[in-house]
Amino acid sequence: MNLRRVSAVARKEVLHVVRDYRSLLMALATPAFLLTLFGYALTLDVDDVPMVVWDQSQTARSRELISRFASSHGNGPRYFSIRGYVSRYADVEKAIDRREAMMGLVVPRDFAQRIDAGRDAPVQLIVDGSDSNTATIAIGYADVVTQIYALDLTIEQNQRRGMPPLAIPLDVRPRVWFNEDLESRNFIIPGLIAVIMMVIAAMLTSLTIAREWERGTMEQLISTPVKPGELILGKLVPYFAIGMCDVLIAVLMSEFVFHVPLRGNVALLFGMSAIFLTGALAMGLLVSIVTKSQLLSSQVAVLTTFLPGFLLSGFIFTIANMPQAIRMVTYLISARYFVTILKGIYLKGVGLEILATEALFLIFYAAVMVVLARVKLKKKLT
Amino acid sequence: MNQNAVVVTNLEKRFGRFVAVNRVSFEVARGEVFGFLGPNGAGKSTTIRMLCGILAPSGGRGTVAGFDVRTQPEQIKANIGYMSQKFSLYQDLTVEENIDFFSGIYRLPREKKRERKDWVIEMAGLSGHRHSLAAVLSGGWKQRLALGCAILHEPPIIFLDEPTSGVDPISRRQFWDLIYDLSGRGVTVFVTTHYMDEAEYCNRLGLIYRGELIALGTPHELKVELATTTEAAGNAVVSDAARQSPPTPSALPTLEDVFVARIEAHDRMEQPEAEVQR
Ligand SMILES: Nc1ncnc2c1ncn2[C@@H]1O[C@H](COP(=O)(O)OP(=O)(O)O)[C@@H](O)[C@H]1O
Ligand SMILES: [Mg+2]
Repeated sequence: MNLRRVSAVARKEVLHVVRDYRSLLMALATPAFLLTLFGYALTLDVDDVPMVVWDQSQTARSRELISRFASSHGNGPRYFSIRGYVSRYADVEKAIDRREAMMGLVVPRDFAQRIDAGRDAPVQLIVDGSDSNTATIAIGYADVVTQIYALDLTIEQNQRRGMPPLAIPLDVRPRVWFNEDLESRNFIIPGLIAVIMMVIAAMLTSLTIAREWERGTMEQLISTPVKPGELILGKLVPYFAIGMCDVLIAVLMSEFVFHVPLRGNVALLFGMSAIFLTGALAMGLLVSIVTKSQLLSSQVAVLTTFLPGFLLSGFIFTIANMPQAIRMVTYLISARYFVTILKGIYLKGVGLEILATEALFLIFYAAVMVVLARVKLKKKLT
Repeated sequence: MNQNAVVVTNLEKRFGRFVAVNRVSFEVARGEVFGFLGPNGAGKSTTIRMLCGILAPSGGRGTVAGFDVRTQPEQIKANIGYMSQKFSLYQDLTVEENIDFFSGIYRLPREKKRERKDWVIEMAGLSGHRHSLAAVLSGGWKQRLALGCAILHEPPIIFLDEPTSGVDPISRRQFWDLIYDLSGRGVTVFVTTHYMDEAEYCNRLGLIYRGELIALGTPHELKVELATTTEAAGNAVVSDAARQSPPTPSALPTLEDVFVARIEAHDRMEQPEAEVQR
């Protein structure tokens, strides 16, 4: 291993990157773009569910219930937004068909009388079930809204009858349910950083060796005394720098755009990212070395990082809930360990004492990838 | 130390069942300009790649600068300069950046580095284009820059694979001046070509056809040999081209005549075999 050769290769690679400034911009903008896209789109929270109301009762009681649907809770977001009032079932249906509303609330004519008589007063909720996930969450919200109203009514009635205020043994605050400070984002963003880094890193290096084969420059290179290890190291260095910039961008965005609290050690965060990045970059190189074609290489790199990254890293789908066979496969996905590490550092603020196993796996993975790339890079034509 | 820069014995390369280079044997002396001639697909590039240690032979033996092509490819690579058939510098790098890259790869010492860079730029006539991207250079300039980058480390043996194909005649002439210049300093030059006029410039020639070496010798030897065989055979083998200027005892056939005759003779030998196979 000769450092002058490594630096010659690294410098040349930097020049390629600088000359091809569009791909450099892509490499730097992609994480920001993906983070924005998925950071917002992947939020598991549901808010501002559009609804229409058919108030058959037209009483103070019914208006009170409706206003509770319309109002926001605390300083969090609104869960429902009332898009209009109707006076026929056909109009509820039309609003749902036209996707103007997801939900219709029908308050029956005798709503107020029943309440005042101390009887059950059912209201009807018509929900568009075509997005079952959102529908389930919206029904949950509606359930809580009506139950709080019912609770308040009971308290009010008890007071009117001169009974002592109801002692509620459990103070179930709906805020937890409602996820008012958008907690799912806090949970998603750290995992998202891991997946994005994996995809970007493999994309960055997957082209480099294949490009040299396609352009014929590899034939020249392999006729020189340069060693495979020098080529690999030289090619890793510049992309490592770009990758670390991407990590910085992602961390800054999660801090200032998504306001995800970073509870753990920042140095540990970057240290772990560096190890993960090395493994992912080396894996991109390996793909490039094996395929020798830019098109094939970038496709393989994206497929082998994006899908496992999203599906098998535990970033969205909990690994513990997966079938045994698939759970075994997740152990092979380096993003799995990095997701655990990032979530641990971000959400729990834990350090190496907890994450040592994951850190060792990352180091092992990076070492295996570098060695494989080194072994597979032959200074021969076929 | 061996006097020969290149020694090849029964060197063979097969791609699957296809024999690209069929047991060729020859030697190249130190300081010689050895021309390797043949039509497209004859096996020139395949041979040169095996000699440069970047393609594993399927059979036979070979040494370059005293090192075995099978077992010591990396030692060979430290002692040769190779210019592949396709332009293989970085098009998105400037002239200087390409030179700097290869002097880094060859680990030239700092002082040497400057000196060699200036030499390459002067030799290639690129003084006004130090900061031009390689992509925008003309064919002749590209070829000279590629040669310069391949010999930055002053290797004793250089392999040039069709260095002048697709280059204008003036540039070709200049390129050959460079080759002579290098040869004059004791560098062994192994060059492939399919231009007959370039063959005349070589000290010695090998003719490769369909993977087989069908002629070997100095241009003069080859011509004399043809002249004598045709006389003996009553002009039977002389090609049409040769008939237009019938050989007199004093005027020798051209190299083109030599090669056409050799190829025809080779095909005649192959033909009966092919018939039998059918
Ligand atoms: N990697 C390869 N795989 C299969 N066939 C090849 C390969 N390289 C060269 N050949 C074949 O070997 C023959 C000789 O090729 P080459 O040495 O490039 O010829 P030349 O340089 O004389 O034009 C050609 O028929 C070519 O198609
Ligand atoms: Mg060729």
